[in-house]
Amino acid sequence: MNNTSLHDMRRLEDLARLDTFVHRRHPVVKLLTTLAFLGVVVSFGRYEIGPLLPLVFYPVVVLSAAEIPAVPLLKRVLWAAPLILGVGVLNPLLEHGQVLVGGLALSRGWLTFLSLSLKSLLTVTAALLLIATTGMENVAAALRSLGVPRLFVLQLLLTYRYISVLGEEVERTLKAYALRAPGQHGVQRAAWGSMVGQLLLRTVDRAERVYQAMCLRGFAGEYHGGAGARISATDLAYGLSWGLFFAIARVYDIPALLGALTLGGWM
Amino acid sequence: MSHHLVEAIDVYYAYPDGHHALQGISFRISHGESVAVVGANGAGKSTLLMLLLGLMFPARGEVRVGDALVTRKTLPLVRKAMGMVLQDPDDQLFMPTVFDDVAFGPRNAGLDEREVARHAESALQAVGISHLRGRAPFKLSGGEKRAASIATVLSMLPDILVMDEPTAGLDPRARRMVKDLLRGFSHTKIIASHDLELVWELCERTLVLTQGTVAADGPTRQVLGDAALMERCGLEVPYGLRACPQCGFTPATGRPTANA
Ligand SMILES: Nc1ncnc2c1ncn2[C@@H]1O[C@H](COP(=O)(O)OP(=O)(O)O)[C@@H](O)[C@H]1O
Ligand SMILES: [Mg+2]
Repeated sequence: MNNTSLHDMRRLEDLARLDTFVHRRHPVVKLLTTLAFLGVVVSFGRYEIGPLLPLVFYPVVVLSAAEIPAVPLLKRVLWAAPLILGVGVLNPLLEHGQVLVGGLALSRGWLTFLSLSLKSLLTVTAALLLIATTGMENVAAALRSLGVPRLFVLQLLLTYRYISVLGEEVERTLKAYALRAPGQHGVQRAAWGSMVGQLLLRTVDRAERVYQAMCLRGFAGEYHGGAGARISATDLAYGLSWGLFFAIARVYDIPALLGALTLGGWM
Repeated sequence: MSHHLVEAIDVYYAYPDGHHALQGISFRISHGESVAVVGANGAGKSTLLMLLLGLMFPARGEVRVGDALVTRKTLPLVRKAMGMVLQDPDDQLFMPTVFDDVAFGPRNAGLDEREVARHAESALQAVGISHLRGRAPFKLSGGEKRAASIATVLSMLPDILVMDEPTAGLDPRARRMVKDLLRGFSHTKIIASHDLELVWELCERTLVLTQGTVAADGPTRQVLGDAALMERCGLEVPYGLRACPQCGFTPATGRPTANA
């Protein structure tokens, strides 16, 4: 097995075949839970970091209950890091002034940056966890059964495939380069342009061949997952418990409450 | 369909970059035949197969499968009759498990899940990889991937099997395995390959392509036995299949030639 570096999103699909309590939950329920989570995370204001913290509970619990190894997942979260930092890093520069948080004066810019980063981290992790516990095909089927238009789901699936294919091609190209440039770290700047060009061409080619293979086997834009299981009582309970937790975390400032409680007990 | 004919009538194809890949190809293949399409790299083999399955359409001329002209409208019909195994299994296998991949075709055909499982299992069995059903395709060995690719097509119960270089990149044992598999199938077969040993053993008829044209079309023994033709078309006949200069044995006829 060559599990070097990028070795692809497909590792996530491997994980999706584990058989744990979380994996057995109905795809639609997991999809809705994830969407609810994303909604709640995003709904917090830009200076609200404290109230956001309890939500970390969700990915942590799902991660451990689903027996998903943290490292490969975090690695993938890190791919998204440049994007997150790129978006957030301007804030400390653009935003002036201070806010008082628990008696501390903090710069608004840095606060926004922190909350943006935390939000992105949470949303990306939740999305990856959904794929790792459900599998992309099932997520797609769930989207379809919720009435999301076929074309949109198809686009999503093909993009996902494309990313895996791109990862594989990147790896191949880097390997070929490294073999012909021994003792050199990374890729020389001069080679970057042509390399990226090649990569794009090859990836598009390959993605097209994969798509052809799908068409040859009767693919007409609709993914047919396996058996369409019913939503069980356990599934419902799973979704509702998380929903309840998200609601509480949204309405109450749990860290502040806890703080008040402990302080209250002290004094 | 009564007779599974595959027919190309004066087919031309040029790639968008202007390269004339096929220039006037005609042939007719009838039910139960095993036909090899041979030719040097770039001769147009893959292009031809893609046209047969309607992945692209001829610039001129026509392709018929069964009673249908291959057009956008008849694609479902054409692809039901004819299954194609792509050259690179990594393109062919895209689902998370071998089973899902083999079940992909039947599911698209709208079979219920019980039927899907039945077709998939029997296809897996036919290529001897039932034990791999739960594995991730991209982790299989070269031979296993090839077997899985073939199963993905068999599960759709095609009448005609089309394969692009089925033994390319395989080690000798995997190659033997694939050959034995193919030999066992009773389908009409169209196999593009430059593995002339495979062609010799499996196909009674051979079509030679060179620069987008048909250089020869006839019984395999006769075609591969034509040293001048092979030379002209950039093909190397393996020693085992050549006439022996000492004893005069020619595999083409199976007996010594008179003028050895
Ligand atoms: N996508 C493409 N665009 C342009 N030219 C192509 C493309 N694919 C193949 N060709 C050219 O068409 C010719 C026939 O290719 P192909 O059918 O793949 O040959 P073969 O399978 O016999 O090796 C070759 O000269 C090849 O370079
Ligand atoms: Mg080819």
